[in-house]
Amino acid sequence: MGRLSRATWFYIGTVLAAAAFVIARSPYQGISWSRLAVLAVLFLVCESVPTAITPRRVAWSPGYAATLASVVLLGPTGAALVGVVSAFCLRRGPTPPQRLFNGAMYALSAYGAGRVFLLLGGTVGIPAGNSFPRIIGAFVGAAGAHIIANYGLVAGVLRLTSTPDRAQRGGRVLDLRLPLPDLGYAVFGLLIAALWSVVGPFAAILVLIPLFVARWAITQFADQQRAYEATLRVLCQAVETKDFYTRGHSERVSRGSVMIARAIGMRPERVEAIRYAGMLHDVGKLGVPTKVLQKTGKLTEEEYAAIQLHPMRGLEIIREIGFLDEALAGIMHHHERIDGRGYPMGLAGDEIPEFARVLAVADAFDCMTSTRSYRGARSLEEAITELRRCSGTQFDPAFVDALVAAVEREGWHTPEVPVPPPDEPVEAAAHDHDDPAAPLRVMESR
Amino acid sequence: MSVSQSRLATTDLRARSRRTAERDGQRLLVVASGLLVAACIAQSLVTGVAATRSAIAFAALIALGELLRLNLPGDREAAPIGTACALAYALLIRVGSVPARHSAFQVVAVTGIGMALGALPHLAVGHPARTADMATRLLAVSCAAFVFRPLAAEPSIVRHWWVALAVMALLIALAWLVDVVSAAIIRTAALRARFWVTFADEFRVLAPLGVAVGASAMLISFAAEAMGLVAVAVFIAPLLVTQVAFRRYAGIRATYLQTVRALARVTEIGGYVETGHADRVSRLAVAVGRELGVPEPELLELQYAALIHDIGQLSLQDPIPGGATVLVSPDDQRRIAELGAEVIEQADMQDSVAEIVRLQSEPCRSGPPLSSRIIRAVNAFDDLVGSSADAVRATAVIDRLRLDAGAEYDPEVVGALGRIIARRSMLPA
Repeated sequence: MGRLSRATWFYIGTVLAAAAFVIARSPYQGISWSRLAVLAVLFLVCESVPTAITPRRVAWSPGYAATLASVVLLGPTGAALVGVVSAFCLRRGPTPPQRLFNGAMYALSAYGAGRVFLLLGGTVGIPAGNSFPRIIGAFVGAAGAHIIANYGLVAGVLRLTSTPDRAQRGGRVLDLRLPLPDLGYAVFGLLIAALWSVVGPFAAILVLIPLFVARWAITQFADQQRAYEATLRVLCQAVETKDFYTRGHSERVSRGSVMIARAIGMRPERVEAIRYAGMLHDVGKLGVPTKVLQKTGKLTEEEYAAIQLHPMRGLEIIREIGFLDEALAGIMHHHERIDGRGYPMGLAGDEIPEFARVLAVADAFDCMTSTRSYRGARSLEEAITELRRCSGTQFDPAFVDALVAAVEREGWHTPEVPVPPPDEPVEAAAHDHDDPAAPLRVMESR
Repeated sequence: MSVSQSRLATTDLRARSRRTAERDGQRLLVVASGLLVAACIAQSLVTGVAATRSAIAFAALIALGELLRLNLPGDREAAPIGTACALAYALLIRVGSVPARHSAFQVVAVTGIGMALGALPHLAVGHPARTADMATRLLAVSCAAFVFRPLAAEPSIVRHWWVALAVMALLIALAWLVDVVSAAIIRTAALRARFWVTFADEFRVLAPLGVAVGASAMLISFAAEAMGLVAVAVFIAPLLVTQVAFRRYAGIRATYLQTVRALARVTEIGGYVETGHADRVSRLAVAVGRELGVPEPELLELQYAALIHDIGQLSLQDPIPGGATVLVSPDDQRRIAELGAEVIEQADMQDSVAEIVRLQSEPCRSGPPLSSRIIRAVNAFDDLVGSSADAVRATAVIDRLRLDAGAEYDPEVVGALGRIIARRSMLPA
C-alpha cells in the first residue's frame, strides 16, 4: 500500500470512530476477563499465521472461530474487545494504518455479530445442554453477519486503495468461494463455546488442531499450484524454443484472451481456464517439422496440411491434463473462422466454441503487433484496423470489440524487437500461420 | 507384456501364485473383519442394543463419512469423517447427561453396518470397493473400542476430563498406528517395496490427516456430552473443511502429474524420441527406486525427472536418430542434459528435479545423486530395448549394462534393474 488517498483516510477514520464509539458506550459488567484473555490469545494465534490461498490473493484466516466463540461466551462487547486484538497480530506485513483498520473492522463486525446473536434469541454465556439445537440458528445468523460485515468493510477499503487497473475488476478482488470455508471455521466457534462446559479453556487448544491441519493442507495446495503453473510455463517455453520470433507469444495471447474474457464478464474459473488455454494454444506446433514452420516461399499441400493439423496435435499433448473441457475445445478450434473457412474442422459461426473465438482474436492481434522475420511489427492502430476488417468473416465481432475496448483502457504491452543471437543461424520464416494479413500461400495443386 | 509361449507356461504359474498370495492376504483381512462384524452384530442382538437412537445416529454419520471418501496422493484412500465418527462412538462417555453403556461389540457392529451402507453408492456407480482399506479402518476402530468400552464407566474417567482426554489420545494414537501398519503391510506386498520404507511413507502421508481425525473424534465425543446427539452432526462440519482442503490438494497434485506427462509427450510428438519412451523410463525408474528403498517424496521427484529427462532435446536443431541419447557422444549427452535442466530451472519448477536432469549423463564414477544414476541406467536400457517385449533381448541389454557397471552405471542400480526385468519377463532370475 503506497500513500493513502484522503477518501481512504476518511473511510478508515469512520470505521475507527464507529468501533471506538461502540466499545466505549458498552457496559462491561458480567464479562469474564480470564475467558476473554484465553480467547484473545486464540484469536491472536489464528490471525498471526494466515495462509494465502493463491499468490497475490486475500489471505485466508481462521480467526472467525475465536471471535464467534467470544460472541457466545462474552457477548457483543467482549467479542468486540477480542476483535481489537487483530491490530497486534504478529505478522510483519501490515502497516500501522492497516493494523488500526483491521482491529476496528474486527471489533465492529464481531459486535454486529453479537447483536444479531442476541436478536435471534441466543443467550450469552456457556451454553447449557438444553440450549441445543435452538442456539444453532442464532449462531449461524451471527456467523453470517460477521462474515458479511467483514467482507463488506474489506471490500470498501480495497476499492479505495487498489490501483485503477485493479479497481475496474473490483468484483474479482474478493472471490465468492472464500466465505464458504470461513463459515466452516465459524462453526469451530460454537464448538469452543459448547465444549467450554466440559473441558474448559482446553476446548480452544483441542479446536486449534484440526484448524491447523486444514491450513497445512492449503499451504501444500498452494505449493503444488505454483509447481503446476511452472510446469505449464515449461510447456510454453518448449514451444517457443522452436521459433525465435514467437518468443513470449503464448504469454501475450494468454493475457489478451483474459482481457477479452473479463471484458465480456466471464466467470472467474472460466477466465482462469482461458488463461491456460492461451498459454498452450500453439503447443501442437511442436508436432510440425521445424523446416515447415520456417520455410521461405510457398508451401506444398502436404506442408500446409501439417500446419493445419497443429491444433489437433496440441490436443493430443494436453488432452489428459485435468483442465476444463472448454480449454481443450478452445485450443482445438482456435483457427476456425466465422465464415467456416478455417481449420481443422471448418466450423462456422456459433458452432465454434466460445473459447476458440476468443483465442483467435487475441492470437491474431499479438501476431500482428510483433516483429516477424519477414516484416516489422505493426502499430496498434494498424492491427486494430486489420482486426476490424476481418471482423465478421474471420473473427467474432463481439470479441474484436471487447479486445479493442480493453486495449484502449488497459493498453497493450508490445514485445521488444527480438535480436537474433549471432552464433545461431536463424532460418527466416516468410510466413506465420497466425497472421491474418499474410495468409499462408499454398502452391497451386499440380 | 507377452513372452514366448513355452516360457509363459512355466513362469506364469510362479507369478500367478505370488499374486494370489498377495490377494489371499488381503482377502484374509477382509474376511476376518467381515466375520468380526457378523459376530459383533449377533452378540449385540443377543444382549440387546443399548441406546438405539445414538447407535442409529452414529451409523448414519459413519455411512455419510464413508460416502465422502477422500483420495490421497499415491493411490491411497481415507474416510476421515467416517473414521472420526466411529472413533467418537468408541470413545463416547455420555450423551447429554446419560452415561453411554454400549459395548465394544456394538461399536464394531455399528461401524461395520455404517461402512457397508456408505460403500453401497460407490459400488452402484462402479467405483472399486477397496474392501481392504475398509477392513483396516474397521480394525483400527475395533482396537480402540475393545480397550475403551470397559473403561468408559471408570469413575476417574467419568469425573476428570483430563484423565479421559489422556486415555482417549492414547487410544487414538494406538488405532492410528494399527491403521498405518496394516496399510504399510498391504502396500509392501502390492508394490514389492521394503516394509520400513513403506511404513515411513504411510506414516508421513497419513500423519496430518490422522491428527485432524483424532482431534475431531475427541471433539465429537465431548460435543455429544455437552450438547446431546442432535448437535453432533453439526460438528463434522470443521472436519469437512479439512477434507475439502485435502481434496483440493490431491486434485492439484494429480493435475500437476498430468501436466508433467504432457510435457513428456511433447518430445515424442515433436519426433525427438520414440513414442512411449518417457513413460517407460519413468515407470522403470520408479520401480528401481522402490527396489532400492527410496522414500516416496524422492520417488516422486524421480518420477518427474524421468518423465522430462529428454526435454533438452527440444533445443536441438535436428532430432537424434530414434532419440536414443545413449548413442551420441558423452559431450552431446551432457549438453542435452544441461539444456533440459536450464529449461526446468527457468520455469522454477523444482530445483531438485532440474539437478537430477542435469546430472543424468554423468558417469557413475563422478558421483551423481542416486536419482540421476537410476535415470542414466534406465534410459540406456530403454534406448537399447525400446518398446520391444523380447525377454532375451532385455536380458542381453542388462548383461551389456553390467559390463559397464562401476565406471558408467551404478552396479546396484543395474542389479535392481536386472531383478525387475527378470521378474517382469517372468524368466527365472
